[in-house]
Amino acid sequence: MNNPAHSTATVYVPRDSAARSVGADEVAQALQHAAVRGDFALDVVRNGSRGMLWLEPLVEVVTPQGRVGYGPVTSEDVEDLLAAGMLDGADHPLRLGLVDELPWLARQNRVTFARVGVTDPLSTEDYEAHGGLRGLRAALELAPADVVAEVTASGLRGRGGAGFPAGIKWKTVLDGADELKFVCCNADEGDSGTFADRMVMEGDPFMLIEGMTIAAHAVGASEGYLYIRSEYPDAVATMRRAIGIAREHGWLGKNILGSALDFDLHVRVGAGAYICGEETSMLESLEGKRGMVRAKPPIPAIEGLFGKPTVVNNVLTLATVPVVLAEGATAYERLGVERSRGTQVFQLGGNIAHGGIVETAFGITLRELIEEYGGGTHSGRPVRTAQVGGPLGAYLPESMFDLPMDYEAFAAAGAMVGHGGVVVFDDSVDMAAQARFAMEFCAEESCGKCTPCRVGAVRGVEVIDKIVGGTHRDENLALLEDLCDLMTEGSLCAMGGLTPLPVRSALTHFPDDFLGGRRLLDIQPVQATGARTEGTE
Amino acid sequence: MTTSGSDVTVESVVRRVVARHRGERGALLPVLHAVQAELGHVPQEAVPVLAEELNLSRADVHGVVTFYHDFRREPAGRTTVRICRAEACQALGADQLVNYARQSGLPLGETAADGSVTVEQVFCLGNCALGPSVEADGRLYGRVGPAKLGSILNGTVSS
Repeated sequence: MNNPAHSTATVYVPRDSAARSVGADEVAQALQHAAVRGDFALDVVRNGSRGMLWLEPLVEVVTPQGRVGYGPVTSEDVEDLLAAGMLDGADHPLRLGLVDELPWLARQNRVTFARVGVTDPLSTEDYEAHGGLRGLRAALELAPADVVAEVTASGLRGRGGAGFPAGIKWKTVLDGADELKFVCCNADEGDSGTFADRMVMEGDPFMLIEGMTIAAHAVGASEGYLYIRSEYPDAVATMRRAIGIAREHGWLGKNILGSALDFDLHVRVGAGAYICGEETSMLESLEGKRGMVRAKPPIPAIEGLFGKPTVVNNVLTLATVPVVLAEGATAYERLGVERSRGTQVFQLGGNIAHGGIVETAFGITLRELIEEYGGGTHSGRPVRTAQVGGPLGAYLPESMFDLPMDYEAFAAAGAMVGHGGVVVFDDSVDMAAQARFAMEFCAEESCGKCTPCRVGAVRGVEVIDKIVGGTHRDENLALLEDLCDLMTEGSLCAMGGLTPLPVRSALTHFPDDFLGGRRLLDIQPVQATGARTEGTE
Repeated sequence: MTTSGSDVTVESVVRRVVARHRGERGALLPVLHAVQAELGHVPQEAVPVLAEELNLSRADVHGVVTFYHDFRREPAGRTTVRICRAEACQALGADQLVNYARQSGLPLGETAADGSVTVEQVFCLGNCALGPSVEADGRLYGRVGPAKLGSILNGTVSS
């Protein structure tokens, strides 16, 4: 079929690995085939994901009114969509409307994720046309100490979970006397329920490069390392290509953008050790050693990689730096509540109908996230709990869903916001099994350096088994409490120190699951309601 | 770089890989990744060569090879299938996939008798909103049910 009315249409199909996992490559191929056959005139651009992951593959068509979305699209749908006039934004059961106006997206306050899903991640033209490099250019006009002051004034806190103010860390590195200093980006986000780092690296890699370059200027570093987990091969490939392109454009290397700044950046790939998400373990791993935690002090800002002053920040922290410099500290600081400034990138995952990225100012409640954004469970069953902040975060019961999402309110309630990952479970979950898993995971992934974590986690699994099995239940519950205290107080790092959090929260809020009082539901295979369950079939 | 003819001893591969990474700081991990990419695993004979080339003790090298889950000391099957068992995938029935694999004669960590496939567990593939997730030779699959896992395991997965 010919469609002569058309000049060449631009069609976006995400290259994000979540979109690819449900068939985005096949959709892009089907569209390209239609173009090659000459049936339709279209260019396919592979963008990042908008973060509405239940709609992936989300195909967008550029129309005079804006970008019109269709999704979730399978490769089998493509012919039908084209015939129906998709390239003109025509109606179809899969048509979603103007993507920017979809309520899920329109209600958000996208700062770090402003470009993700909008641009071609590897196009330097797209990057600059959408505000890229403005932050770096502004920073290069300033003396290093003034850049640090700007970051401090913005209130930007480390988004990897600990929430330490970025500016204070940078000041320490700037004040270090060494000739050689490093900027290290911790992209070993191994926590279940967190995928924002991956989406940034695959969807807007130049932003991370720009953020690291600003950090290098601010502290006087000449070399940077990006430590990416091996479980993210697409992010590794995209970052490597982006770094190569950035070098060709003078965005990395000698005399960056014509300034006096020399800075180069290297990708290092992890090797499947969860603990290397901990900053000192990551530094050991970058040095070519076992990823075992270091005792602090000395802090990495003073003695970091190869003993030199080192900035270690998470992907989202460094990716947010360009916008802080471009828009100014005050604009960023105005967002948020109390001491939780700016936005947080919440990640909705697990058993949730509408999972994805919700970037919004701090202070939103868990209920708003799960019910309004998330639309309840994927299985259609009632929500029973959500684990917030990764595998070392607390399991919260529905009665606590009205807590505002900010660091202090969560800490006061015995939980943690961490990096903003929210994993939802329906009522078929066995909380004793989840508590046991937390200990089992710690036993599997402990670096082994300190005894409370290495041995405690193994004993934790055994004690939980005894409690569930009804063996000396009261004594073993007391022993578990004691063990949790010891791990919390005695572990060298957050791995052993926080593992008691999911365990205790499960025990506190769902005691029946441990005491044999609750008859567990038969867990049936999860069937999606309406939506297809298998992307590429 | 290809390994051809007489140039395929473990020692020669290791020395060639090390030469390629000579200029990098703390190069052991990139070197081990490269050795495994060429040989399919990190054989025991590689350890003393690595120690000599990188001026480390054999114990240091051994310690690193055994610390990280990614480095294997034995060859795997032609395809490696990794089932995500982290919380977000658990919430959608990842354990059923593990059970399915076990019932198909492929418990975690095992390689099929014909050498076709090795099944492993992994904790988080970053696809937490589209679980359960499975990765096969670097390719990620979302919303995987037992039937789809079956076709991934026997290599008949569509697309």
